[in-house]
Amino acid sequence: MDVLILAGGMSHERDVSVRSGRRVQEALRSRGVKVTMLDVDANVVKSLRALGDGVVWPLLHGAAGEDGSLQALLELSGVPFVGTPSSAACVGWSKPVSKEILGRAGIATALGVTLPQTLFRDVGAEHVLDAVESRFSFPLVVKPARGGSALGVSLVSQRSELARAMVHCFAYCDAALVEHALVGTEVAVSIVGTGGAARALPVVEIVSNGPYDYDARYNAGRVEYFSPARLSVEDTDTVVGAALAAHRELGMRDYARVDIILVEGVANVIDVNIAPGMTETSLFPQAVEASGDELGMLCERIAIEALRRGV
Amino acid sequence: MNASDSRGNRLDPWFDSYAERAHNMRASEIRALFSVASRPEVVSLAGGMPYIGGLPLEEIGEMMRRLIVEQGEVALQYGSGQGHEELREHITEVMALEGISAHPDDVVVTTGSQQALDLVTKIFINPGDVVVAEAPSYVGALGVFRAHEADVVHTPMDADGLIPQALEKTLADLAAAGRRVKLLYTVPNYHNPGGVTLSLERRPQVLEICARYKVLVLEDNPYGLLGFDREPLPAMRSMSEEGVIYLGSFSKTFAPGFRVGWAVAPHAVREKLVLASESAILCPSNASQLAISSYLTHSDWQGQIKKFQEQYRERRDAMISALEEYMPYASWNVPDGGFYVWVKLPEGLDSKAMLPRAVTGRVAYVPGTAFYYDGQGAGYLRLSYCYPTPEAIREGVRRLAGVIDDELETVKIFGTSGGGPSGQVDFPSPNIA
Repeated sequence: MDVLILAGGMSHERDVSVRSGRRVQEALRSRGVKVTMLDVDANVVKSLRALGDGVVWPLLHGAAGEDGSLQALLELSGVPFVGTPSSAACVGWSKPVSKEILGRAGIATALGVTLPQTLFRDVGAEHVLDAVESRFSFPLVVKPARGGSALGVSLVSQRSELARAMVHCFAYCDAALVEHALVGTEVAVSIVGTGGAARALPVVEIVSNGPYDYDARYNAGRVEYFSPARLSVEDTDTVVGAALAAHRELGMRDYARVDIILVEGVANVIDVNIAPGMTETSLFPQAVEASGDELGMLCERIAIEALRRGV
Repeated sequence: MNASDSRGNRLDPWFDSYAERAHNMRASEIRALFSVASRPEVVSLAGGMPYIGGLPLEEIGEMMRRLIVEQGEVALQYGSGQGHEELREHITEVMALEGISAHPDDVVVTTGSQQALDLVTKIFINPGDVVVAEAPSYVGALGVFRAHEADVVHTPMDADGLIPQALEKTLADLAAAGRRVKLLYTVPNYHNPGGVTLSLERRPQVLEICARYKVLVLEDNPYGLLGFDREPLPAMRSMSEEGVIYLGSFSKTFAPGFRVGWAVAPHAVREKLVLASESAILCPSNASQLAISSYLTHSDWQGQIKKFQEQYRERRDAMISALEEYMPYASWNVPDGGFYVWVKLPEGLDSKAMLPRAVTGRVAYVPGTAFYYDGQGAGYLRLSYCYPTPEAIREGVRRLAGVIDDELETVKIFGTSGGGPSGQVDFPSPNIA
């Protein structure tokens, strides 16, 4: 089996993607798998044609890697690949759309509203922000409607901070998701498999000194992780149940990560990731370690399953 | 990990062992955004990378081959901690072009002038000591000062460089507050990032003020020979041997890949620099030093510098004309040498907050905040014209103008700029310093 990892790309998360790609490459090579890693550029189609009896592992983070574009290209090229198919990826990448689907399935998410930048231009920023203030109480979280790695995310504790948070968000995406800031236990549930056969790895609890922002995620030291999480059996079942349900409802495949904040026994899904980070500080590899499995073995099994499944 | 353990995993078993200063050594979101700048689709006006394509690479390749074949047993061996004597002789000839009269024994060769900067800071700065630096200042220097827990106080410049009266006031205020100022750090020629040059008239004034306040001048001069329209000005070191530590480099006049720089310092300082260098690296690379000596001996290096001047002039002109065409609402200096244009953005814009939008727009620059110790600089950005072709420079400025237009619209809608990505550019990767 040959594995072609696609990592890098042009998104704001390129640096994370390259590091994820290298880690999976190293993990697969430790199992004797022949692995090549390439950036996604004008040569990628040629590389896909030359793949032969192999499977692609897309590890681009951010748009193109997680919005279904790359997956669509792989589907058009007729190559087997690891991960969620294009149409489901497109849905999962959009936080507002995935929130709607999860809500209809009875899965809790934070109360929120999606506001495109054009609305502020057309109606006037103050009017829109007045409406936000009248409907929601602080603190709020302002985040890009499509994005990852906490880029463009702000915690807003009062009205005077709101405009600046919106501008910060719009530097990354043309629509903002404004949500109630949930106060609870933040956990990440890593999932392996598809549909009814999917299973959750041990839940990882995140305790951050300050916001769990880009710096906290990718520089070791500021955050304490507990894997498995310090949850009761009942709470563990609750978060795992919600994560598996989200994974199923959104059509995710092979592996993924669902981020949840547990508030008074209710699992609120805050994000889904079809290409979860695989860096040295990422949550998925921590869950793998907590399960007693070895990252290389797990990645090999995932790749074999994708190859077996075919196009 | 046992769920009953009371402490979580910080993914760094040595977290509690670091020195306090190391806790601030963090790769920031901004640094990560620059990883996109390496893609060919992005026009990077960020990096201070010289135009290596302008070198006679075939000739240099042959020179390297001969070096290893004929002198390999020396080139590939450990050498003197102070640096190879032949190179130190050559360095005195190079410095003579800027009026410096020095003996080879005065020269300490280092692994890039960045290492020399680090060594000087190491031997002089206690935590809390003050370094006075221009406003703005070179990001690589600020990183060194921060790593050694200095406090940096900026002093203003204008089109003629450091303002002596402002410098005197800064030093007087610090003295009155009981603060110990150890160094004035200055890039007097074709300043990085400001593009300006300290005028000949002001040089002795600055030296006199520093002498009075017993402040050592750290003169960092990588660009002195890369002026477009005039002969090099006399180095400050040529006016004061005891009051100046001079840092030089072959990174811009030859190539940064060799990693060869140097310091010239008063005798007692030099002795300590050699000891500090030896304890850090044992010795600078013999292979690199001999390569540069060979280049200086056998190649028309002064002719090459003239070629570089013309190549960079052409690029400067492309940038200035593109700025005039696409960004008439901004303002900037017109440098007469070096690599950089310092651009002042329209009111209300924040160059750090704008950077993610620029990445999407496939153009890169360095936000002005990178060049200040204290968070200033958001209204500015640095553009480098040294590396891209003139055509790419024009395209980059065109894209940047589009980014600014979008940002202006957003700021107009909200009446404020964004919060911006987290983190300073504390420890820049070489391709943006």
